Order: sequence, then structure tokens, then C-alpha cells
Amino acid sequence: MLEFPLWKKLWLWSVTLVCVLAAMPSLASLGNVAWPKALPEPMVNLGLDLAGGSHILLEANPAQVRAQRLENMEEAVRARLKNAEPRIRIGDFSSAGGKLAFTVRDIAQVDAAREEVLPLTTGAGLTGQRDWTIEVVNQDRIVLTPTPGGLEQAVTNAMDSATEVVRKRIDELGTREPTIIRQGDQRIVVQVPGLDDPAALKALLGQTAKLEFKLVDTAAAPSDVAQGIAPPGSEIVPFLDPADNGGVPAIAVRRLGGIKGDSLTDAMQTFEQQTNEPVVSITFDAQGGAKFAKLTTENVNRPFAIILDGKVLSAPNINEPILGGSAQISGNFTVDSANQLAISLRSGALPVDLTVIEERTVGPDLGADSIEKGLIAMVVGTLALMAFIVATYGRFGLYACAALVINVLMILGVMAITNTTLTLPGIAGFVLTIGAAVDANVLINERIREERAKGRRVVAAVENGYKEASRAIFDANITNVIAAVLMFLFGSGPVRGFAIVLMIGIATSVFTAVTLTRMWAAGWLRRTRPSDIVI
Amino acid sequence: MKLLKLVPDNTNIKFLRWRVPFYVISLLLMAASVALVFTKGLNLGVDFVGGQMIRVTYENSATAPVAELRENVGALGYGEPIIQQFGKPNEVSIRLKLPEGSDDQPALADTMTKEIIAKVRAGHADARIDGVDSVSGKVSGELFRTGTNALLVAMFAIALYIWVRFEWQFGVGALFALLHDVTLTIGMFALTQMEFDLNIVAALLTLIGYSLNDTIVVYDRIRENMKKYRRMPMPELLDLSVNETLSRTIVTSGSLLITLMALLLLGPDVIFGFTAAITLGIFVGTYSSVYMAAPILIWLKVTPDSFVATESDIERQERLAREQG
Repeated sequence: MLEFPLWKKLWLWSVTLVCVLAAMPSLASLGNVAWPKALPEPMVNLGLDLAGGSHILLEANPAQVRAQRLENMEEAVRARLKNAEPRIRIGDFSSAGGKLAFTVRDIAQVDAAREEVLPLTTGAGLTGQRDWTIEVVNQDRIVLTPTPGGLEQAVTNAMDSATEVVRKRIDELGTREPTIIRQGDQRIVVQVPGLDDPAALKALLGQTAKLEFKLVDTAAAPSDVAQGIAPPGSEIVPFLDPADNGGVPAIAVRRLGGIKGDSLTDAMQTFEQQTNEPVVSITFDAQGGAKFAKLTTENVNRPFAIILDGKVLSAPNINEPILGGSAQISGNFTVDSANQLAISLRSGALPVDLTVIEERTVGPDLGADSIEKGLIAMVVGTLALMAFIVATYGRFGLYACAALVINVLMILGVMAITNTTLTLPGIAGFVLTIGAAVDANVLINERIREERAKGRRVVAAVENGYKEASRAIFDANITNVIAAVLMFLFGSGPVRGFAIVLMIGIATSVFTAVTLTRMWAAGWLRRTRPSDIVI
Repeated sequence: MKLLKLVPDNTNIKFLRWRVPFYVISLLLMAASVALVFTKGLNLGVDFVGGQMIRVTYENSATAPVAELRENVGALGYGEPIIQQFGKPNEVSIRLKLPEGSDDQPALADTMTKEIIAKVRAGHADARIDGVDSVSGKVSGELFRTGTNALLVAMFAIALYIWVRFEWQFGVGALFALLHDVTLTIGMFALTQMEFDLNIVAALLTLIGYSLNDTIVVYDRIRENMKKYRRMPMPELLDLSVNETLSRTIVTSGSLLITLMALLLLGPDVIFGFTAAITLGIFVGTYSSVYMAAPILIWLKVTPDSFVATESDIERQERLAREQG
């Protein structure tokens, strides 16, 4: 038990050294000491509750992804069958119940129609399943049903690109080192250190920025539109600000055949030359520009609606074909809101709406205050604790204290290497592990006392002390590991922050409080061979 | 060098003589805690019920103008705010439910925040906004569920492990002691109406960890003594084990209390409730290891034989062979 061959000593010291060194950059930054740039810099991240900043949890609505997917499929199917050779005529299009269904007019073309539609579906996942199933019912009706695998993949894709869009938008704000992480199936966590007024950020992330240009259905009867009844092939879209449009609350637009704003290459806030009103000017890419030119050429003197996130901004008349590939969007903007829209359009539309479901902001002063007071309390507490332990166990208490200091540094070091975030509950985990580490040494030292009281010789007493105490230490630590792992798996946020520190702390505290102190005690016994010890 | 000895050698205090009265008192306290939670209720933070919390420090004032705040914020028409001082008298938290319909229109909640902050700052230039927490009902429900699940699953898994390592009676005892500690601490929160938020859940977890550590140390000694003194009656054996580990118990809880006192007196105000909960837990956890976890072993009829039967046939043959050889 007290034998430590040289290789083992070297191994223990090098593990200690690596972990302790890894803690140094973090300590330097806490003490505001500059860390040499040339050296590697592993850092313990401070959670926003300690460092100050904004935490925003966004949630997407998957139903919207499904609806969007149906709409895209409908458009693709129509275009494909229209351009087929020979043309396949269809009717009775329905998208009820989350399925697409249509009737092929000429029953002889059903197989051809099926063949045409098939390439529009793709494989989903690894199971060989496709993202839509195609069935023929009643001989002439083709039904396209989205498969669960396909839907799941669509939601995942939407969330991936939403995360990317969120990142782009936050980068545009120029904020420092934001953290943007997907969480679960439909959530995105945004953390911005140092930000104490997240209103602008939330407004930016809350805007889907789905821009559409659709032709106004001038044939729709105003009385129908007022009641929300759309003619076939059209839909009713409300105005963003009805007062701007003579109090008309909504307008009917053609559902298909419009242009989407995702083919933009640029968007910026400018001013309308005549009225000096803030507007957003947009530039299409080549394909979008050509489409826009075609749409405006074919529909001169008809109105078209500029729709942002399902609300009509304005519905101007097309006075002449717009061929240059750029356009202006007006809609009662302020400079700020025009600027915000320009950012949103530049970064692309969010494929799905995001709502803020949780927001936590900690002011930077409070954060700094917490850290300073927390550090003072920890230093004072640790010093007092050490005085107590040394007074109680003498030399063996000194070993325990040295182990304690190394333990704290090692926890920090491991956290820095694994890039773990330290939060307030994490500090609780710290307190618990330090408690457990001290307890391990107390158990060992009390046991050595007992063994000495029974009349065992020094070496045997120390050896037995470590051996007998190890059982309880082992059981206590295993139960804590079980608790920590389960808390990490089942808990969320703060509970996890606690569990992570606990897991790291258990490993390092067994290492320092049991193994290192034993090595020191063994070394001392070997060198001096005392016949009695003070404990 | 003379070392500090808080507990004299060879103490022989009859702890377990009082086991019945202490059990009755503890059960009554547990019942009272449950009753308090149901009658008075917990002062649940926005983490668990949803809503908005704004924390303010009036940097140059001795106390926060609570009455004035209550009136001004109440007049905004978002309902009656819960205004509470925490840490120091010049620090307050203002809590309100999120306005109706804010799940769909986040702008409503933002407007509310702005209006409240304007009221807070009106006439008080030294008001520093320390934080804004806004949690929707959906998230708060999840946080509550995951928090409770984590707690329960962890407790049962621990009991299971102790069953495997010791005997089933020990598992029951440890679980009961944990239940006792958690119930009393939650009861304490119901009584004082301190805010109960997610950080307090972390405090409960710490408490469970500590209490368990303590229980295992006592159990380990009981197990050891049961193997050593086969014929000793259980109450006496338990007393012996508690006395033998008494010095360790005092030194360990003493060390932890020293560190916690430093955190309580000098540490950041945000964690005051949290540190208070752990401090209370140290006392409750130490007590429960002696008076809750140990006596249960008597009533569940643990006998020293429990640990002898673990010698398997093969082991016995080996032992006999050794003895003969």
C-alpha cells in the first residue's frame, strides 16, 4: 500500500502538473494578469450568470415546416406536369390533412404522371425510405404523403439553416463571441456575453424575413375579401398596417407564380429619392432578376403585393417592366426598422419562425460583483478551513491541505481543457466536491488515529488507515457519480452545470485526497522512519 | 505539538436511546413540512411558474423603495407584482406574470419590461438593472419536470446501489434519510417564503450528495462492526458505530460549515438563498445519518448474520482447505 515505484511517482506528478498548468490561464484572467500570447490558452468559460450577458432560447414551430414543404411540393408537381412531353393535365388539387392529392384528367396518363412525380422525391435517412410516398387511388387520383423520416429530415434541415441564419444575423450586429447551439429537435440557444439590452437582438431574431412578391387578384370581389373568402387559386393576406391602405384590412393575391425573396444577393437601407422616406433596396441574383423581369413585363399596369412574413407591406402598381435586377421596398419604415429588415434579408429568411421562449439577462456589474465576492469568500473560506485541518491533524493535515489546493487547481484545469462552462450551480458542485475531498482526508486521518490508539505501529497504522477508509470513500464517491451521471442525463440547464463539475470533481478529489496524500505520507515515512506520529 | 481534538477519545454516548422520540419528532416535522407546502405554498420563482423577473440594486440607497415600487409597477396594469428584497436591503426582485398572449407576440413582454424599468428608474437615478429573466409557461413546465425527474431518478438509483453494496434495509434507510432531508429543506423554504428557483434545486442536489456521503460513512462502520461483533445487539452496535465515527462527523461538518459561513457572510448576494439551503442541509444531513438512517436498520430487523452469509460455497471450501493445509 505504501510502495510507490519511481514510474508511478512520475506518472502521478505529471498528471498533476498538466492539470494544474491548464488552470493557469484561467487564474491569470481572473486576476487580470496578461497571459503570454505564445502559450496555449485553455480557458474555463464563465456562465452568463457569473459573467453577465444575455441568454435567449428560441423555439421553432415544426408545423410550419410541414406546411411550407407541402406548398413547395405542390408548385414543383404543377410545374413538372405542365412541362411534361406530352403535357399532363391535372385538376382537383387538394392539400388537406397534410397530404397532396390531385386527379389526372386523362386516365391513360396516370402512370406517366406517376413517373414524372417520382424524381421529385428523394431518399430520406439510411433506411431506404423516401421522403414522400406516392399512391394511386380510385384509378386516376395520385396521393403524395410525406413520410415521418422525410418530415424529420426536413425539420432538421430547416433547423440547421435557421441556426446558420441566426449566426449570420448576430454577426451583423458585431457582438462579441456569441454562442449559438441547436438544442433538441426544434430549439436554438443564443448566448451573448456582455450584452445587457437584448431588445434589438430579439427583434432581429424574431423576424422571419420571408419576402414574397405576389400578383394581386384584381378579379376578387371586395366583399368576399372582406369576409376572408378567397377565389380559387388565391389567398387572403392581411396588410401590415391597414391605415396606410385606406383602412382596407386585407387583399387577395394569387397563391402561386410569385417570386420569393431568397434569390437576393444584397439588401441595404437607403432613402426614397422623392419623399426621402427610409426604404430597403434589394438586388436579385441573375436567376431571380430574370424571373422578376419576366413577372413585371407580363403584368404591366397590374398591382403586385410585397409580402413580408405573411403581411402585405404595400401593393404598388407595376408601371413599367423592372429589368435591372434591383428594386425598392417601401412600407412605412423608420431608419432602424429598414436597417433591421435589410440585415434580415441579407442573412436570408429563416426557414421557420422562431419565438423567444426564455430570456435571461444578467447585467455586467452584477456579474463582476458576484465573481469578486465569490473569490474573496472562497479564499477566506479555504484559508480558515486549512487552518482548522492543520490544527486538527498536524503534518497529515498539511498533506490534506496541499491536496485540497491541487484539487481546486485540477478541477479548474480539467474544466479548461474540456472547455466546460462554470455557472453558479457549478460553484455548488465545487463546494460539494471540496467537502467530499476534505471528508476523505478526515476519514483517513481519523482511521490512522484509531489504529494508533489500538497500538499498531506507525507504518501499519497509516497503511491500515488508508485501506479501511478507502471502502467508505469508494462507496460515497460511486453514489455521487451515479447521482451526477443521472442528473446530467435527466436534468436541464443549472442541474447539468452542477453535475458536470461534480463528475470532474469526484475524479480529481479521489486522485488528490487519496492517492497524492498517500504518496506524500509514504515518502515521509520512508525517509524519516518515525517511531511515533502526532495525529 | 498538541493537536486540536474536538471530540475526546472513546466516547460512549447512547445516541440510539432517544431513537423513538427523535423519530416521532422528525416524522412530525416532515408532516408539518408537507402541510406547509400545501397550505402556504412555495414561493416559486419564474423558473418554475413562468413570468418575468427583474432584479434591481439601488446603489446609493440604504433600502429599496419597495412600497413605492409596488404602487408604481402595480399601476401599469399587468397585475400585482411580487416584490422581494434579497441579499441586502437595497436589492429587490420584481416578479410579474407575462402578459396575456405573449407566447405568440414576444413584443408584448418586451414592452412590459421597458415600462417596468422606466418606473423603476423614475426618481431613482441610482437604480441599476442587474438582470432580466423571462420564462414562458412552456419552458417553466419543462424545467420543473426535468428538475423533479433528475432528483427522483438520482435518489432511487442511489438506493439501489446501496442495496447492492450493503443490504436492502440499508438502501431503504438511506432513501428515507434523503427523503427526510429534502422534505425538511423544502418545508423550510415554504416557511420562510424564500424564493425557490432552479439554483435551489442545485442546492438540494448538493445536500443530497452530502447527506448521502455521511450516511455511507456511518453505514460502512456499521457493516464493519457487524462482521466484527457478531453477538452484539443491534442498538448497542449502532451506538458503537456512531461513536466511533463521531470525531470524523464533527471535523467534516465543521470544515464544511467554515467554508459555507465564508460564502454566506462574504459571498455574492445572488447565492445567499442557495448557500443558506446547503448550510441547513449540513445540519439536517448529519442528524439524519444518525437518527433516520441508522434506527431503521433495527426496525427492519437487520442482524449481524446478514453479512456472514455472503461467503459462497467455493469460498468456504477454499477457507477450509487453507485451514487444513
